Amino acid sequence: MIQEKKSNRANILFVIALLAVILVLEQVLPSSSMLFTVLKKSAIYALAAVSMNLLNGFTGLFSLGQAGFMLIGAYVYGMLNIPVADRAAVYQYFDGGIIQFSLVEGISAALGPVAGLIIGVLLGLLIAGLAAAVFAWLIGLPVLRFRSDYLAIATLGFAEIIRAFFQWDGLGPITNGSNLLRKFTNFDNFNIRSGGKVVVNLSTTVTVLIAALCILVIILVINSTYGRAFKAIRDDEVAAEAMGINLARHKMLSFVISAFFAGIAGGMLAMYQTTAQALAFKTAMTYEILLIVVIGGIGSVTGSCISSFIFIGASEWWLRFLDMETSNFIPGLNIMRPGFRKVVFSVAIMIIVLFFRKGIMGERELNVRGAGRWLRQKLGGKSVKEAK
Amino acid sequence: MLKIDNLRVAYGGIQALSGISLEVPDGKIVTLIGANGAGKSTTLRTISSLVKAQSGSIQYDGTELLGLPSNKILEAGIAQIPEGRRVFPNLTVLENLKVGAYLRSDKGGIEKDVKWVYELFPRLEERHWQLAGTLSGGEQQMLAVGRGLMSRPKMMMLDEPSLGLAPLVVQDIFTIIQEINRQGVTILLVEQNANMALKIADYAYVLETGVITKSGTGLELLNDESIKEAYLGKTRQ
Repeated sequence: MIQEKKSNRANILFVIALLAVILVLEQVLPSSSMLFTVLKKSAIYALAAVSMNLLNGFTGLFSLGQAGFMLIGAYVYGMLNIPVADRAAVYQYFDGGIIQFSLVEGISAALGPVAGLIIGVLLGLLIAGLAAAVFAWLIGLPVLRFRSDYLAIATLGFAEIIRAFFQWDGLGPITNGSNLLRKFTNFDNFNIRSGGKVVVNLSTTVTVLIAALCILVIILVINSTYGRAFKAIRDDEVAAEAMGINLARHKMLSFVISAFFAGIAGGMLAMYQTTAQALAFKTAMTYEILLIVVIGGIGSVTGSCISSFIFIGASEWWLRFLDMETSNFIPGLNIMRPGFRKVVFSVAIMIIVLFFRKGIMGERELNVRGAGRWLRQKLGGKSVKEAK
Repeated sequence: MLKIDNLRVAYGGIQALSGISLEVPDGKIVTLIGANGAGKSTTLRTISSLVKAQSGSIQYDGTELLGLPSNKILEAGIAQIPEGRRVFPNLTVLENLKVGAYLRSDKGGIEKDVKWVYELFPRLEERHWQLAGTLSGGEQQMLAVGRGLMSRPKMMMLDEPSLGLAPLVVQDIFTIIQEINRQGVTILLVEQNANMALKIADYAYVLETGVITKSGTGLELLNDESIKEAYLGKTRQ
């Protein structure tokens, strides 16, 4: 017990230290550095992956509706935070739309700009999550009666229906039909400006911080009695029921919590991209997230986080050089072609699937103390016994 | 006391129980023996409300259990140890025990009962951090029994605890079942291993294709010629 507490404290300190490093880097490196793009996107994808893992890895419900719930989150957040003055431009085909307020502006008027920005954005994300959760509850009523593949097919179908529904012209005054939602408050608004120039960069730190807090909440859920009940259902439904666990209620609970955080991730994705369009939330996005979950290890939160960083880093940054026709390393050797990156990427994924069957982490969790012990063991060899 | 009266259960068109009646007095060990498909497990599953009955009644201390959801049955004090152990393989031993106490919220009491289970099964304490799927068959059965005890039941129903275990291990399990009974838990035991079950039972029922054909004290049935022939392996002369 005491060991566990110490280990938890070490993990939390590690995350705080990580945030501090990001905060410093953000001031030192130019803000156009790919590092920040990767950090932001991978933090958002990590949240989406962990929320999917809660359902697929910890409750054993194979659902593929993630992109649909993220779409709901993205749209709800976007709709609520477009400044009133910009509404006419954004909803140009729908006479400025019917929503004529912005959370950030409304709260700024009452509490000042800083509180308005923070509370407005957080409230927007919260409502985005709640909207996704409500949809999940409605969808869950019929769909959660299915098992395994059938559940996956049904949720996949619902995600597609949601995508079509949000593009429907009839909803135009609210969702802007098939046009972009844009100009809403995004992470760049968190950078502190003075006289038109950015003085303190905060956008990356804020993104990672919000994602980290959400993931922390999911971890608390997993470690609670509910989390144990989820895992019991995953392992053996009949035995779980014999222990007095209400299957329908707990499956629904897990589904709704997962959708809630997927909705928040969707809202954050919209903030990161500064635009939201239903077209972008394709099944391919669900598969990307599923891939992150599988590579990280089904049933491992830290695995999802690590693999999200690796996946996004590789696809957005480190493998980009493969697409350049002229090589930077060996002049004259021009074997690279546009699209070559995807080939290498696919091969890398195949290798991972073949040789790391259970993903990077399996079902284990990375903890800082454990990793430290392992490192010392590799380097020193003898210090392990002393630690005991 | 558990009192079953004229209970009928069917799976689709197949009649599994055609009107059985039996009693399990408080503090006793009662066993239900019979061949495969006789309806033993169905009886237990119906009591736990995992299977719906057609008609009849199941009363526990005067309250009707039929129609209640399974968590209410557990709250009433009846725990079931399902057939084939069914521990949660990817949870640790301790987590398995905690899931067993799922319906309870008294933290101190749960911790005390974990200690109590560890006293009954010292082996589980040694392995409390291990994933249940990595335990041996006997240890898994111990865990299944321990998990059942974690809901603090007044009555425990065991479905074939000897299934697939070595004779020595079976002996251990049965000794512990008797010990648990001595500590005040009523036991309803379903077994194919009639010899072992009858030896520890205060009272026994024989179930054949959904009908109770015989009943008596454990000793009576142990010495009954037809039982010996059908279940205890005595060959006809």
